[in-house]
Amino acid sequence: MKTSTITGEYIKDMITKSYREDGRKMFDYRPINLKIGTMPNAEGSAEASIGQTRVLAGIKIDVAEPMADKPEEGNLMTAAELLPLASGDYETGPPGPEAIELARVVDRGIRAANVVDMGKLFIEKDKVWSVFVDLYVLNYDGNLFDASSLAASAALLSSRMPKYEKEGETGKVVRSGNLGKLPTANIVTSCTFGNILHRLILDPTANEELFIDSRLTIANDEHSIRAVQKGLNGAFSFDEIDEMMDTAFEKSRELRQIIKKAIGE
Amino acid sequence: MGGGANKPELIVNGKRLDGRAFDELREIKIEANTVKNAVGSAYIEWGNNKILAAVYGPKEALPKHVSDPEKAIIKCRYQMAPFSSLEGHGRTGPNRRATEISKVTRETFENVIQLDKFPGSEIDLYIEVLQGDGGTRAAGITVAAVALATSGIPMTDLPYGVSVGKIGEQLVLDLNMIEDNYSDADVPIAISPRQGKVLLFQMDGSMSREQIMEALQMARKAGEVISKKQRDALRLPYEQIADKYKAVPSNQPQPAQA
Repeated sequence: MKTSTITGEYIKDMITKSYREDGRKMFDYRPINLKIGTMPNAEGSAEASIGQTRVLAGIKIDVAEPMADKPEEGNLMTAAELLPLASGDYETGPPGPEAIELARVVDRGIRAANVVDMGKLFIEKDKVWSVFVDLYVLNYDGNLFDASSLAASAALLSSRMPKYEKEGETGKVVRSGNLGKLPTANIVTSCTFGNILHRLILDPTANEELFIDSRLTIANDEHSIRAVQKGLNGAFSFDEIDEMMDTAFEKSRELRQIIKKAIGE
Repeated sequence: MGGGANKPELIVNGKRLDGRAFDELREIKIEANTVKNAVGSAYIEWGNNKILAAVYGPKEALPKHVSDPEKAIIKCRYQMAPFSSLEGHGRTGPNRRATEISKVTRETFENVIQLDKFPGSEIDLYIEVLQGDGGTRAAGITVAAVALATSGIPMTDLPYGVSVGKIGEQLVLDLNMIEDNYSDADVPIAISPRQGKVLLFQMDGSMSREQIMEALQMARKAGEVISKKQRDALRLPYEQIADKYKAVPSNQPQPAQA
């Protein structure tokens, strides 16, 4: 990934003046849009955009065997695809470390915050519901973490719940008709920060991501921090981490409102 | 993490299951130069964790398109052996967890290795968890730092890793596997002691802002012990050589037998 020297100089120059390449302040988000139900074939779906970054989350729910250590709970699986159409820098092939990190960090937030009520996904002995969250990056302009967690949360919170109907020895999954909703219990959002020239910024663009030394994603709900991931090779001081946690709690109020509005609460 | 059914009591009478205090590390033993073929290597026993780290390079970065004309690249592979856990046979090859840990470990060392000294090169860092008992990524970073130091690759600091967890509302240092499985939060941290800064920082569970700051302070304090173990391991081979030469009679001409 490359950008012109002049763009780099401009970004750094703006940062020293406490502004961003697009005129934002250090801790401002770009405009956020969130729309649910964009892919009606999926049990749940949502498309989130932050500026030019677009991520589509699709939810599918199947019957599966429970994990050995949690025989009475459902499964949750999160995967991310950096589609080659989303950026000139993405290539075809199996998910690389970036896609795996993205999926795992979003997964940790959802899991730790109990967004899905996993205890209610038990069907019968050796049969539980398995919830698949697939994150499709449709356009890359930085900050995939926050766009992905917004899309994933909104898709889960608005997802249908298939029914399992017994037919003699076996059973079948009913995905249409009069269905309830996937049992959920919480909302989680994330705030991603970067560090340029020892200054902290929120919601870095693709251009800014070329110049950040380190990145911190903080996923939280109303009361607690649920997941954290530091990325890249820079370092953060303890004071910087404290400041970012403070900002994340404040900014996440807006993000939760955006989700609530999108799902019609 | 998480727990579910049959959650054991992890704290009894103010002590942890293995008898440790809340801020007490498990026993740590580090040995340098344990893989003869490697340019640098080290082995750590951290509680029941047994981890081997080895460094190859700097050498020409291959394939050509991954090389950077301005600096060396690091290729890092963290892996758990299929026989390393108390559970059944693990999957061989990289899984998603190992891929992520390899990535954050690589990023930790990119901060302290003077990569610009070796343009167009690669440095291979292998971390093999032979036996795992919780906190393997932190122990892996600790032992990899020693392996890199023995390789002579210039570094600006000797980072270390440690994890802090939360059991109920109590913060505890250095979770073992049982604690990790049933804890309410887990925070693996790597610190660069000279910069006093955080190089690896992950968290999973539920914690307040104040608890996270306290966890970072606990990790910093634990560094006094861990950093000393790292330095001692690096010093020991040289001390042994020195002792050996002290024991050998000097090669000065011996006084003639009368």
